[in-house]
Amino acid sequence: MTNHTNQRSVIRTQALTRHFTRSKKTVEAVRGLDLEINRGELVAFLGPNGAGKSTTLRMLTTLIPPTSGTAEVAGHDVVRARSAVRRSIGYVGQGNAAAYVQRGRDELMSQARAHGIPRAAAKARIEELLAAFDLQEYADRPVQTLSGGQRRRLDIAIGLFNHPEVLFLDEPSTGLDPQNRANLQEQIRRLHEDGTTIVLTTHYLEEADALAGRVIVIDHGVVIADDTASRLKERLGDLVLLGFGTESDAATAASRAESALSGSTLIERAGTQVSIRTPRGADSAPALAIDLAAHGTPAIRMEVHAPTLDDVFLDLTGRSLRESADSTTQTEGAAA
Amino acid sequence: MTTLTIPATQVRRTTRPLSRPTGFLTDTWTVLVRELTPKLRQPASMLFAMVQPLVFLGLFAPLLPAVESGSALQWFVPGIVVMTALMGASMTGADLTAEIRSGSHERLLVSPLSRPSLLVGRALKEVVPVLFQTAVILAVVTPFSFDLHLGGVLVGAVIVSLFAIGLGALSFALATAAKEQDWVFWTVQQMLIFPLLLLSGVLLPLDGAPGWLRFLSDINPMTYVVEAERALFAGEFPADVVISGFVAATAVAVLGVLVGVRTMERSS
Repeated sequence: MTNHTNQRSVIRTQALTRHFTRSKKTVEAVRGLDLEINRGELVAFLGPNGAGKSTTLRMLTTLIPPTSGTAEVAGHDVVRARSAVRRSIGYVGQGNAAAYVQRGRDELMSQARAHGIPRAAAKARIEELLAAFDLQEYADRPVQTLSGGQRRRLDIAIGLFNHPEVLFLDEPSTGLDPQNRANLQEQIRRLHEDGTTIVLTTHYLEEADALAGRVIVIDHGVVIADDTASRLKERLGDLVLLGFGTESDAATAASRAESALSGSTLIERAGTQVSIRTPRGADSAPALAIDLAAHGTPAIRMEVHAPTLDDVFLDLTGRSLRESADSTTQTEGAAA
Repeated sequence: MTTLTIPATQVRRTTRPLSRPTGFLTDTWTVLVRELTPKLRQPASMLFAMVQPLVFLGLFAPLLPAVESGSALQWFVPGIVVMTALMGASMTGADLTAEIRSGSHERLLVSPLSRPSLLVGRALKEVVPVLFQTAVILAVVTPFSFDLHLGGVLVGAVIVSLFAIGLGALSFALATAAKEQDWVFWTVQQMLIFPLLLLSGVLLPLDGAPGWLRFLSDINPMTYVVEAERALFAGEFPADVVISGFVAATAVAVLGVLVGVRTMERSS
């Protein structure tokens, strides 16, 4: 028996792979994933639909077995020790955890029974969760009469019932209105502050950006980036757009900027406009503008854009996250 | 306008998960209790499967010719009890389809409940609506020309319960295989129940039927269940008929659970 509580790593995968066969064609949904997630981390799997993030989550939560490779969650192998994994984790799927014909309190109790929790402890835990998620007055109503936000809170309460070592959330905010989405993100942040390890998938950049300490960008079944959101964006750099009076001014300024700015700088000129992608561009832009004016090619307009995760995704894949969200939905269908 | 409040209390975290290993029987009981809870909170929901049988009872039974041994009702009611079990248990998979669609089934698959318990617990709960429905039917018909033989009815209830467990398990297996596509479920279910019903001789005796129809009736396990119920509800215990009914119902139950468990184990 491994004493997993002493280890820092709570999820570890090696060459984790999953294939699906769809109309005699093999779809490689996840291809050789190597991951290590530590206790207390809040990690977002970001990628378009069909990128393989949900498939990865389904393997980590024992819903589907890997085609090859291994994964350990909370110290247990997801294939050989499925039930140990299931006892250690919480899962909030894309749908609702409580059946619509049931009452919230009954579903919390069935979750307690599933985890073998004695009745008295179960009742105490139910009250604790109902209070924490502000669900007391809805607990005895049929789930189908609850609002989307109330149901989502109930989903999380059910997912957290067993004090999971890792809470998995699959597209948690899909279908929620902006207000409920913000509320949900607040919940997730609190859980993270309490020390719960959280792994979520999302195709909302804002969500990954707002929530996660660590963003793992997945595309075509492989990890293409794995870092904090801020470092991912920092590495890409800010976008500085400069407008000039004439094309020749713009050309001169472009070459001047090239020598003035060091590091991984990308400069493009289109007509009278020069676009510069450079690390910490917001900091260097004022000095650059002064320098260009001093050399007789003053900029007449300037914009500075901080990078978004969408820019990061575009930079990594050559595709926009939003565009690919529509084009690759078929592969996700195979994963479902 | 919905009001949203962010909970003030935090969900305290302990170092160890609050979960203990459970056995198959505990899991099955958990599933059974979970399935029954909404039905017991709203018993009227169990009447839905009775609409059709009660219509037959009210509008079809009066057309039956009098038979030499007792009333037509005495002959007809046992069949209606089996018909109600057939209707209810074969539809029960739709509840699972709803859970597959809404996501609650997925939550149970990720929970520590074993796959076989998810099927067996569900199938076992079919006994409750069957007994409830049988009681309602008997309560309706007893004031008329129907003699209640309690001993026979109780043995009959055991047989029809086994039959319902098997049908329920098959219905859940069908729902599991059909996944979110509920039209697949309903198409197959509708395609199967009417041949089963007509070939079992619930509505009309198959004595004068052509050979091929007799053959199909003979391989229909429901035929034996209906014949056993008829004898038992009349207060008779002919060993061969009762044993045949019991064997047929048990065979359906065993087959249903085996197929159901296999399907559920592949469910993801």
